Amino acid sequence: MAYFLQQLINGVTLGAVYGLIAIGYTMVYGIIGMINFAHGEIYMIGAFIAVIGFTLFSGLPLVSAILLVLALSMIFTAIYGWTIERTAYRPLRNSFRLAPLISAIGMSIFLQNYVQLLQGARVRPIPPMIKGSFKFFQDSDFVVNLTYLQVIIVVSTIALMTVFTLIINKTAIGRQQRACEQDKTMASLLGVNVDHTISMTFIMGAMLAAFAGVMVTLYYGVVHFFIGFLAGMKAFTAAVLGGIGSIPGAMLGGLLIGLIEAFWSAYFTIEYKDVATFVILVLVLIFRPSGLLGRPEIEKV
Amino acid sequence: MSEAINNLPPKPVFDLQAVARELLITFAIGVGIMIPMVLLRTTDRNSKLVIEYHWEEMLFALILLVVGRLGLIFLDKQKPMPTLIIGLAMAIAGWTFEFPTEVLEVFMLAAGIILIIRAGLALWREAKGVTENDRENGKKRRELLLKHSTGYITIVVIAIAVILPFLTDLLQFILPSIWGDSGFVVGLSSRYVVDVFTLIFTYILLAWGLNIVVGYAGLLDLGFVAFYAVGSYSFAILARDFNLGFWTALPLAGIIAMTSGLVLGFPVLKLRGDYFAIVTLGFGEIVRILLLNLYDLTGGPDGINGIPRPGFGNVVFARTAKVDGTQTFTDFFSNTFWQIDYSTTHRIIFLYYIVLVLCMLVAIFTIRIRKQPLGRAWEALRENEIAAASLGINRTNIKLAAFAISATWGGFAGAFFASRQGFISPESYTFIESAIILAIVVMGGMGNLMGIALAAIILIGLPELFRDLNEYRMAAFGFGLVLIMIWRPTGLISFRDPTVLLFGKKKREHEEAVDATKEGNS
Repeated sequence: MAYFLQQLINGVTLGAVYGLIAIGYTMVYGIIGMINFAHGEIYMIGAFIAVIGFTLFSGLPLVSAILLVLALSMIFTAIYGWTIERTAYRPLRNSFRLAPLISAIGMSIFLQNYVQLLQGARVRPIPPMIKGSFKFFQDSDFVVNLTYLQVIIVVSTIALMTVFTLIINKTAIGRQQRACEQDKTMASLLGVNVDHTISMTFIMGAMLAAFAGVMVTLYYGVVHFFIGFLAGMKAFTAAVLGGIGSIPGAMLGGLLIGLIEAFWSAYFTIEYKDVATFVILVLVLIFRPSGLLGRPEIEKV
Repeated sequence: MSEAINNLPPKPVFDLQAVARELLITFAIGVGIMIPMVLLRTTDRNSKLVIEYHWEEMLFALILLVVGRLGLIFLDKQKPMPTLIIGLAMAIAGWTFEFPTEVLEVFMLAAGIILIIRAGLALWREAKGVTENDRENGKKRRELLLKHSTGYITIVVIAIAVILPFLTDLLQFILPSIWGDSGFVVGLSSRYVVDVFTLIFTYILLAWGLNIVVGYAGLLDLGFVAFYAVGSYSFAILARDFNLGFWTALPLAGIIAMTSGLVLGFPVLKLRGDYFAIVTLGFGEIVRILLLNLYDLTGGPDGINGIPRPGFGNVVFARTAKVDGTQTFTDFFSNTFWQIDYSTTHRIIFLYYIVLVLCMLVAIFTIRIRKQPLGRAWEALRENEIAAASLGINRTNIKLAAFAISATWGGFAGAFFASRQGFISPESYTFIESAIILAIVVMGGMGNLMGIALAAIILIGLPELFRDLNEYRMAAFGFGLVLIMIWRPTGLISFRDPTVLLFGKKKREHEEAVDATKEGNS
């Protein structure tokens, strides 16, 4: 029981991070219908900026350092997100379906190697910053640990997602995004600046990914130029699992992927945890082809 | 009024303020991009992470960015002359001056050259009075010409491919007075070049295999490397555990890959579009993880060593025949034809011909199956699934056939790769391989065999040329992929000739092509 609870905690923490990245995938997919393969790299850049930031501001008090790094990472990563959309995707907006995908794969390969060249191929560590934990449950000699960091990650993720949902549902930019998602031509006829809205989507996705990157840097303490690939793939799986194009779906999918991974590693074999993720994805898609919360696709001739 | 008649768009106004704003935005974005990555660099010092500041590099990179952007703005405003000057200045600066890093010099040079080319083309068009309309027509004409001459080009390309290993000897035989012993000719069919082309042909084989699924059936498969891996590993295991030779193990590896294609394909073919893509991506990863962890069978991360090289009959490619009843190629050839000395190049050339023959087989198969009911059904499905289904096409079976056939070709390529390398490990079968193969297919212009071959030569051959710049190779590869896609979004050779034509249509098209060519010459 205690062991189960511990895995639940770990899984939810991991799931929160995946959920944040998955939102970026799902929003971009919803609005322009492309898989943004470079999104995992965006997250990696966010994490790298966090390492740089924490090294630079190691003299500052903890809370202000974290807030400063979060803000800086989100801003700089957003610039990266905007630039990628502007240079690699916008020129291909109206060409055939696979062109932007290949461009995205190229961008992803480029960014990975760009960071490797500039920041080095070695693992970049930071010292642990937030220590301590609640020990709230004891079962024989197994103590359930809920670290402060885990609480921070989960709570801040919930807060961020709430704010984000409010932005999508209540503000003008959110309305424009939803309008573009339904029909770009109609939206532009009604005065929505479609280019601007798409740029904003990329900026928002990048900011959420940067937030996830900072949290992961704090959580694991190491960053590497290759982390974007696997995290990106898991997050994309999460987005598909929840129903791509659906924002609550992405959050749910992220949570599920995190839980599956944690429980599989705990109760079965850790080597096959990625296999488990994909097997469950395949099973879900076979029985619910549009994901858990996705709208079924109606195709007309 | 005259402008309207000439159908010329009005020249954009050159607004200094707007240009300044544009440059300022570029500068600001550049600063934002460069601060975290170019300016601030993490390095280990005494096992402690420290930040180094690279002000100089950032400054130069910013100048490069803003000047280059200025050149592009001039080009946009249809003022190619200033762009040409900027391009020249950048190229000369990159060539002569000392920059903080070599990469910056190369970047400067490359950006300058691209600007020069683009400005030169624009100037040429202006001088000749070429309109947008003329450009469209010219493009169409060139496409028709290309389409018309595909047959001849194919024959020439195949001929060159066949004689490639002996090109040096032939040229030296034919042109001794002109070139003599020039290094260039000698290099043409050196061991290295033949080896690189063997690699390129392996990728052509893979890409033609994937093309059946992506180009014909219209399914986005992101895990093609799974079949490549299955082919390699089944070949290696058959050779290791059952002592099978190359020619027995090769078809068996193909069959195993096909079976795996059927098994993997069956559950996912109901999925549409990007769901299909992500599941195939997942399968690719699952296969790789299995290879890493099934230690007893696959050797895990250590891979499998000592995979036998191909021979034929009882002939082996080695210095000495170790097993009784076999003979070396040198002996065989000397006894049958004329005396030759042992050389390791013989094996390389033999491998080259094996992959060439495999490629030819796949090409013939592909060209023929496109005209069969199966091939037509694929194209029907690609164009419109529901319409195809309502005409009585069994979607699952047709897709499964595409999946299985492409898996078989992938398996052959994998088996060949394993035999060529003599050593395989899971590292060779990562997602990036799938991405490269897919990029070749898309860049070649989906469904066009010639285009795919050209794309493979560019994407695999060009990076080989820059082997020395190993570190920068992959970054340049990624960047190049983006640039090529923006330049030609539909692929290098993008026209799609209809497979099945109504009676008489082909003739008419042929005449059109001839007319168009004549028009162009007059």
